[in-house]
Amino acid sequence: MTTANRAIDTVIILIVLLLAWQALHQVVGATALPSPVPTLAYLAKLLPSERFAENALATLVCFFYALILSYGIGLAIGVWMGVHRLSGAVGEPILISLYTLPKVTLYPVVLLIFGLSLSGRVTFGAMHGVLPVALLTMSAIRNIPPVYLKSARTLHLSRWQTILTMLFPATLPEVVAGLRIGFTLTLLGVLLAEMFAAKHGLGFLIINAMQLLQAEEMIAVAVVLFAFAALANALLLWIEHLLHRRA
Amino acid sequence: MSRVAWIRIAVIAIAIALLEVCCRLGLIDHRVVIPPSEMADALARLLISGQDNGQIARTFGIVLVAAVISVIGGFALGAIIHALPRVRQSLDPFFATYYAVPIFIFYPVMIVIFGLSAIPIVLMGVATAIVAMIIATLNGLDRIPHVLTKVARVHRMGRIGTALLLKLPAAAPHLFTGLKLAVSYAFIGVIASEFILAPAGLGRVISDAYTDFDNRQMYALMLLLIIVATVVNMFLHAVDQRWAERRGIGKT
Repeated sequence: MTTANRAIDTVIILIVLLLAWQALHQVVGATALPSPVPTLAYLAKLLPSERFAENALATLVCFFYALILSYGIGLAIGVWMGVHRLSGAVGEPILISLYTLPKVTLYPVVLLIFGLSLSGRVTFGAMHGVLPVALLTMSAIRNIPPVYLKSARTLHLSRWQTILTMLFPATLPEVVAGLRIGFTLTLLGVLLAEMFAAKHGLGFLIINAMQLLQAEEMIAVAVVLFAFAALANALLLWIEHLLHRRA
Repeated sequence: MSRVAWIRIAVIAIAIALLEVCCRLGLIDHRVVIPPSEMADALARLLISGQDNGQIARTFGIVLVAAVISVIGGFALGAIIHALPRVRQSLDPFFATYYAVPIFIFYPVMIVIFGLSAIPIVLMGVATAIVAMIIATLNGLDRIPHVLTKVARVHRMGRIGTALLLKLPAAAPHLFTGLKLAVSYAFIGVIASEFILAPAGLGRVISDAYTDFDNRQMYALMLLLIIVATVVNMFLHAVDQRWAERRGIGKT
């Protein structure tokens, strides 16, 4: 498929989503769901405001720390379990069942440990992101074709040469896929934490707007987050495709 | 049981024992985490007393409804989308982005539209689960070997016969993967919604217990949720493995 076609498809989806939004607005009424045009006008006013900047910054800072933790711990666990077969075999099912668990159940525990603080929200975000990063890194390392290792030995590559010129490029595409999913889930975790208990951040802004029955603000913030997540995902997907094509 | 499975059980048992010891010795504050044995005791008493049975039934009922709607609806939508290649091609970027967007940001919108009832929770459960089922259905239908359609023609089978006797079994493993994902996503969607805001349900009870510093109740219900989610997922995983082995491509 060409890039132009993809762009057209994306535009079609956006138009359909906007039409669906408008249609739902007609059905449920303006107090519950304002129509797209006033909401986007409200969004244009909201974006430059200081209140928005403060809360967006709070979310970004929290997300940034959570992401570093997710990637750092996830890669460490993934590499360890990928290289050491026994740990991998023992740990994989445990990681998978943790992955499918609704982690929001454990948020009160995190709150009891850290209190209503930044560290609590960061921990909760990282809890979501660590597992996919670890699982995909592990499978990337396990799926290296044995012939690569043999050719490295034939060429008498040193340990570091093997890692840099063979292991790293061979695992990169799948690892990047893990990082992409980790990105998404960390963001979800941070926002859930903010929605459940926080006094700052975009998640808090949405819940607060709902309690004050400010539907426009609620949806405007949701649109911002939607756009941020979709764009970041598109960028990471694009990198992933580039790596796959090169491989 | 294999050696690996024994080691795995030992690792989990040691982790639980360690938590127990740390709690009993006071290394972990009783107000933060209670010992696992006390969690189990609290859960047993809670289930026997039956005071939260209504809430438990409500939450698992909603999860079940959301999962059933997602599996049936997702399969139907997937089959329709698969039959319309142009629509499908346009939807590809949508599917690729769907799970990247934290859809819980739309839960408050649902509450404002439908009120504080079970409906927004079911909808969130379906919203998190149905797309996984659609994607799995598309994958399954894509991977039906061409030779099967030829076999159908050789045997002069009708459309319905082909669909039921050849296509459905050929796509079944992928459909089952979709079902597995749909169930665990429905769990996550429903519980998370109940946590954020709900009139009743397990998530609500746990979050109330947290606000009231009622640790025994909170940890008892958390334990219940974790056990149920793990058992359901493990069961579905085991069925999946079994099917894979029967087709001769499974891991042993």
